[in-house]
Amino acid sequence: MKNLLPVLIVLFTISISGLQAQSFVDLGKVSGSFEFDGQFYGTDEALGITDSTLDGNKFRFNGFGNIIYTNGNFRAGFRYEAYLPPIAGYNSQYEGHGIPYYFAEYQFKNVQITIGNFYEQFGNGLVLRSYEEWTLGIDNSIRGARVKFQPYKGIAIKGLIGTQRYYWEPYYNGNRGIVRGLDAEFYLNEMFNGMAETKTKIIIGGSFVSNYEDVADKTLIQDSTIYKYKLPNNVAAYAGRMRLIHGGFQFNGEYAYKINNPSAMNNYIYKEGESLLASFAYSTKGFGISVSGKRIDNMSYKSKSTEIGEALDINYMPPLTNPQKYSLATIYPYATQPNGELGIQGKLNYTIPRRSKIGGKYGTKIELNYSNIFNIDKQPVAEGIPVDSTGTLGYQSDFFAIGSPKYFESFDFIVSRKFSQKFKMLVSYVSQVYNIDVIEGHTGEPMVYTNIVIADLTYKFTPIKSLRFEYQQLFTKQDRGDWVMALLEFNIAPKWFFTVFDEYNYGNPEADMRLHYYSAGMAYVQNTTRIALSYGRQREGLLCVGGVCRAVPAANGLTLTVSSSF
Amino acid sequence: MKNIVMIMLVLFIGLSVYSQSEGKTGRQLPSIDLRTAGGEPFNTADISNDGKPVILSFWALWCKPCIKELNTIADEYYDWQEETGVKLIAVSIDDSRSSSKVKPFADGNDWDYEILLDENGDFKRAMNVNMIPHTFILDGDGNIVWQHTSFSEGGELQLIDNVRKVAAGQKIDEH
Repeated sequence: MKNLLPVLIVLFTISISGLQAQSFVDLGKVSGSFEFDGQFYGTDEALGITDSTLDGNKFRFNGFGNIIYTNGNFRAGFRYEAYLPPIAGYNSQYEGHGIPYYFAEYQFKNVQITIGNFYEQFGNGLVLRSYEEWTLGIDNSIRGARVKFQPYKGIAIKGLIGTQRYYWEPYYNGNRGIVRGLDAEFYLNEMFNGMAETKTKIIIGGSFVSNYEDVADKTLIQDSTIYKYKLPNNVAAYAGRMRLIHGGFQFNGEYAYKINNPSAMNNYIYKEGESLLASFAYSTKGFGISVSGKRIDNMSYKSKSTEIGEALDINYMPPLTNPQKYSLATIYPYATQPNGELGIQGKLNYTIPRRSKIGGKYGTKIELNYSNIFNIDKQPVAEGIPVDSTGTLGYQSDFFAIGSPKYFESFDFIVSRKFSQKFKMLVSYVSQVYNIDVIEGHTGEPMVYTNIVIADLTYKFTPIKSLRFEYQQLFTKQDRGDWVMALLEFNIAPKWFFTVFDEYNYGNPEADMRLHYYSAGMAYVQNTTRIALSYGRQREGLLCVGGVCRAVPAANGLTLTVSSSF
Repeated sequence: MKNIVMIMLVLFIGLSVYSQSEGKTGRQLPSIDLRTAGGEPFNTADISNDGKPVILSFWALWCKPCIKELNTIADEYYDWQEETGVKLIAVSIDDSRSSSKVKPFADGNDWDYEILLDENGDFKRAMNVNMIPHTFILDGDGNIVWQHTSFSEGGELQLIDNVRKVAAGQKIDEH
């Protein structure tokens, strides 16, 4: 596993030896992409950024380049990454550069083999998901081998083995586990001819994952007594899922179970883990509704038992909150609590038809979201033993009981309408309840209650020149108090973008922290190449993509991004 | 260290020039397993539109300009289809957090597009999509003939202009 590169070269050579050298050049296609993000930091007294805090690192740089070679059924590629040093907010362990990702893949009839790095998801990811998110610095790709096999129509089987990426640290025995997984999915309507014409479509699946890690016994000294705990070397997890589709109705459910997995994440308790995810959706033209529910109980699953950061996650627990698109509404974002949470979410979209009395000439779009998330119920395993005590079963939990505290609640209402060829408007109201104590670890701070109003107006001067104006205001009596934000964006489609905005924390309880976070930027786009330059202050906060967040420190400076693909 | 960065830079620029001159012969879509918005398995090698052009648009529920682009096109889509026979396939890169909400969202917004779910970004990676919105035009034979990233009001005019050229069998040359 350590020296995969020679294996890849051999595989590569074998696969091309079957072809004539000429056709390898002629038929082969090269594609790729790259991105460079550079930040030049300046000092900012109000933000507490001085020459000494910058520590000589005035310029920081993240970059990657991808190359993919394709020839018929053969694909190979690699990604080069450089963090010299990583831009503010990224894990400092990324510092360095190299090739963390390379693969070769061959499809032979109904079998596909991948050697090298790969990303994979079983079902909804409750027991296995390896993925990457460049903007957040997340990459838990698996290096090893994967086979996908379709033995019969409607049946898809996947098997994999490998070790996960841990920044730049090479794998050696003992520094992380070996992940093995098997997944099977059955699309009944394709498998059985008798069901081919049935209106109800049924897909069922199951996964099994195991992590082998050579872990030493855990020693705990309490009241001068030494306790020694044996930790399991093999941690297994499995899951079953079902998807039902009937016309506009859809049901998707998955249940996952994990054996006892004492780790730094759960304070070394021996309780088993489980999670349940269920969603129901119905839609027809102009109307859509979805309701989801989730229960997570001690489900952190990493390939290293001592890891507490964002690295080496084997599984993924989707948060049930609405991803926010406007900046002030992202100040208090939710992040999944892997040790236990119980949540529901509902979402509704409706278009009031065009040319109707209320809908107007172009129709009016309405969106409603509601989320509510609590801790699961946690009761002591025995009298006198506190919940989550190391070496115990941790806690007992009633599956359906709502625990305390509350983690998050939000309600969003969005209306958007095109009034004429020239003018569009969107207005939105967001209300949030945010447990800053648990989510951000600000121990003892009170629950944050917010009310946010948003207006987004677009006016077109000519078919390609438009001006966009955003106004947002956030009201809260807790944490950093009230905010107001205004943005102006002038666009000349499809190439030029000019933006200025200011976020003003006028309600901050500390008078000298009532700061303006101003920024000005421009971008030029030519096909797939985008060059963007911005200058200004960056608010301290959480940057979130797809429900996973990264803490971004306050900064002041110039940011340059160049991205392209070919 | 700096030398390596320079070498990589030169390599990438060189390759992008090389592939652009070579790209005229057309690159086909990779074969990736996805799901339809309805939840059924779907392979991207099966994307076709009976010899007519296809617009492939990568988007997500959290992406404001993506939704703006798809809403803008939705107002014109019927005319575009009638004129060029084009079909738009909107590939959502929302993960399992939101993928079950994609179909209700698309239907609720009255979109007539085909929707695919790329839950783990496999198709996105294979297509070298760095940021969204990222839009491709495929010709009638399934070759990628044009791509563009980002959107602002009026961007749809360039898109349909290029679709018209592809539908008429002309080359897209623009600077």
